[in-house]
Amino acid sequence: MFYREAGQYKTNYRADQALFPIRQDQIGIFLILAIAYVAVPLGASDFFIDSVLTPILIFSLAAIGLNLLTGYTGLLSLGTGGFMGVGAFACYKLATYFPGVNIVVLVICSGLFSAAAGIVFGLPSLRIKGFYLAVATLASQFFLSWCFIRIPWLYNHNISASIEVPARTLFGVAITGPNATPATRYLIVLTIVAVMTLLASNLIRGRIGRTWMAVRDMDIAAELIGIKLYPTKLLAFAVSSFYCGVAGAMLVFLWLGNAESESFSINQSFLILFMVIIGGLGSLLGSYFGAALIYGLPILLRMAKDMLGLPMTSATVEHINFITLGVLIIFFLIAEPNGLARLWQIGKQKLRVWPFPY
Amino acid sequence: MHLLYQIFIDPFVQMGTAPDLLVQTLWEGLVSGVLYALIALGFVLIFKASGVFNFAQGIMVVFAALTLVGLYAHGVPAFLALALTIGVMFLLALAIERFVLRPLVNQPDIILFMATFGLTYILIGSGELIFGGDPKVMIADQLLLPSGAYTVKMLGGFVQMQKIDIAAAVIASLMVASLAVFFQKTRIGRALRAVADSHRAALSVGISLEYIWVIVWFAAGIVALATGIMWGARSNVSFALEIIALKALPVLILGGFTSIPGAIIGGVIIGLGEKLGEFYWGPLFGSGIEDWFAYVIALVFLLFRPQGLFGERIIERI
Amino acid sequence: MRAPTVTGPEVAVGDVLLSIENVSLSFGGVNAVSGVSFDIRKGEIRAIIGPNGAGKTSMLNIINGFYHPQQGRITFKGETRAKMRPHDAAYGGIARTFQNVALFRGMTALDNIMAGRTLKMHKNFFWQLLRVGPAMAEEVEHRRRVEEIIDFLKIQEIRRIPVGRLPYGLQKRVELGRALAMEPDLLLLDEPMAGMNLEEKEDMSRFVLDVNDHYGTTIALIEHDMGVVMDLSDRVVVLDHGIKIADGTPDEIKGDQGVIDAYLGVAH
Repeated sequence: MFYREAGQYKTNYRADQALFPIRQDQIGIFLILAIAYVAVPLGASDFFIDSVLTPILIFSLAAIGLNLLTGYTGLLSLGTGGFMGVGAFACYKLATYFPGVNIVVLVICSGLFSAAAGIVFGLPSLRIKGFYLAVATLASQFFLSWCFIRIPWLYNHNISASIEVPARTLFGVAITGPNATPATRYLIVLTIVAVMTLLASNLIRGRIGRTWMAVRDMDIAAELIGIKLYPTKLLAFAVSSFYCGVAGAMLVFLWLGNAESESFSINQSFLILFMVIIGGLGSLLGSYFGAALIYGLPILLRMAKDMLGLPMTSATVEHINFITLGVLIIFFLIAEPNGLARLWQIGKQKLRVWPFPY
Repeated sequence: MHLLYQIFIDPFVQMGTAPDLLVQTLWEGLVSGVLYALIALGFVLIFKASGVFNFAQGIMVVFAALTLVGLYAHGVPAFLALALTIGVMFLLALAIERFVLRPLVNQPDIILFMATFGLTYILIGSGELIFGGDPKVMIADQLLLPSGAYTVKMLGGFVQMQKIDIAAAVIASLMVASLAVFFQKTRIGRALRAVADSHRAALSVGISLEYIWVIVWFAAGIVALATGIMWGARSNVSFALEIIALKALPVLILGGFTSIPGAIIGGVIIGLGEKLGEFYWGPLFGSGIEDWFAYVIALVFLLFRPQGLFGERIIERI
Repeated sequence: MRAPTVTGPEVAVGDVLLSIENVSLSFGGVNAVSGVSFDIRKGEIRAIIGPNGAGKTSMLNIINGFYHPQQGRITFKGETRAKMRPHDAAYGGIARTFQNVALFRGMTALDNIMAGRTLKMHKNFFWQLLRVGPAMAEEVEHRRRVEEIIDFLKIQEIRRIPVGRLPYGLQKRVELGRALAMEPDLLLLDEPMAGMNLEEKEDMSRFVLDVNDHYGTTIALIEHDMGVVMDLSDRVVVLDHGIKIADGTPDEIKGDQGVIDAYLGVAH
């Protein structure tokens, strides 16, 4: 009853192909942005912003990156952590060599380095598919992990092999380093993520998105309608890695403030993959859902433990987290392979016809 | 110029001047190769028979070893603990079939592959929860496995071979031989191969998928247990083994995903290549190239011969 | 991604558009096609028929560039080549449909047909990223063309439905739409009527004729339904066990003893 589209006629194709063609969606997104930009910084606690919202946004971006590659183009990748790391370390080196340049610019530029790495490690994709390709991406992950430890130049020869973020400002306001407030960092992250999501959405709805999905669904047929497989796949690797790289740079510079190679390990790759699977392969919105659920899960478990007063160590909570993740993955693969995004769609469908059942 | 010398000349000079070290390195490589091959064997079993690429094979190795050691630590005598662990692996196979494989029958392989990620995380979490994460000692002596080493005098120096390694090689060969016979000659083996080809077709000729899957995952569990024992006897039982187990993937790529002899040969090649690479070329890169060297070898193979040395070529028809 | 211009003179209606010369193809010992030669004239509807296993689909795959014959040549629009690549075939103006519908299951019917326009869309990555101005105009223009095809095939109601959920007959229509979106000079149809009831066959036959009339597209089709073949086609090629056994108008073929024997399974 509330979500009816009836009466909203589109009179030209441009309107029909808009990002939010339904008025309720337009209102919805406006509200979300208003809350995100205004209500949150004013009303939410620093803890909530810094420990929940900012990381979820960052991981959502990484999940979008992986979703472009795996969900839209069908190339399963286990190297996400490595590409995030490339972005992070690239940003660190850029910040070291170009201290005067605006940090936001550097964050975006570090994505280019990740994109380059993505292309290099995506080269095998011409000849190999499916889980053979996944194993190749695993190779890239292990190699990059090794690089992050064994190439001291990357972390400026720091004894502890970790990188520490230098303080930087934007328009006079501190945005990285110890002086930056959580709210400031959150707003920068929010803007970058929102803009990049919009760009991803543009790609998906246009020619490139269609070529990616064609390659995913039936690459033989795609070739026969004139799609060049190799450039399409490499572009997917490049764009996906770009997104992961920016996410990695933001992870270090705008959230944690420091990092070591463990932040970009195979475990990270799996976590992002789980976010994409549970959130929904082939759905940008699903990436957000997946990131929220997977990142929020340990927090929820800890809250549950505290609320129920269970005498468990945090290590135990960690283990239960692992088990729950595994169970969730299997559950979603069985019950709803298209993830939370599909559940959301089904929900909207029910909302369209509410209060009738169908 | 110096770099070229270091890459192409020096290592071989080193090999020549200290041949006993070379033999030692080769032996070490052979041994780790055999162990990789055992893990790969578990993969091949499951892949051959259910078409599933079981990413959780590595963690099954750890889990089996942990169960064995854990039972012993609670006072269960060694061989009884062994029998009970075998029982646990059977129950695990039952659970996997009932809760993961059956609901996902007929789904594309990639979905099943991702389901094994979930399985991996469940086993890691439960393993750590039940047994704790600190390294444990394998009860090799109690299982009557040999210890100590033979020191052979040869080529101007000494080569040391651990008896447990020799035992591992023997046991591995026995397992491989019996599995190969099982697949080729028995009725169940044929049924396993049918299931790997097509679930639907196998169902339509009356093969009971559930029964087959339980058998196969149980067999893989036994292989995992044997691997866990062997590996645990050489170094301790810890979750680090799981990452090492991922090395089985390059082995499979080399050997072909569906070939048992391929798993062995691939394992040996990877093991030898890794050890030689680490020992003679490693210092050039700073250590630790063992982490990814195997994958590079595999990647090269993927580019030129994706089906591996012995695997089957998949021909796609429109 | 500029489409390469196909060299050679403009082919007039009635001239030979595609010529297959002495083509042979075998897979690991099995001879799919042996020494087959025939041609297809511009503007005609050419049927390729024969009992199962005759090599008809292989023939289409060769024209498409998916299989490469060990022997023989293909001349398309005046340009001769020993090997056609799928990509070149598409750019050159060859489109096809498949026996087992080869649609992109994750996409809607509209997107599938829009995918067929990929060849014609030239705005590069950065314009796609921003999706304003030229890229948007291009998208709208192609959407207009695709909507014409949708109107033509009468599939307006199912535009937004993911094709995996459509019934078989509609899937085949969407696939035809995708092939038409490529604005092909030569359209290869692999058993377009397979699995359809009488009404659906009549619809599809009408579409095939309309495509030929309205767009002037040359059509080569594989078909088992003899009624359809006789009614629709201008000329027919008959294959059996990879060899051409007859070539001519439908009436000539109907009376050919060799063809009758082949279909009745008489050993020769």
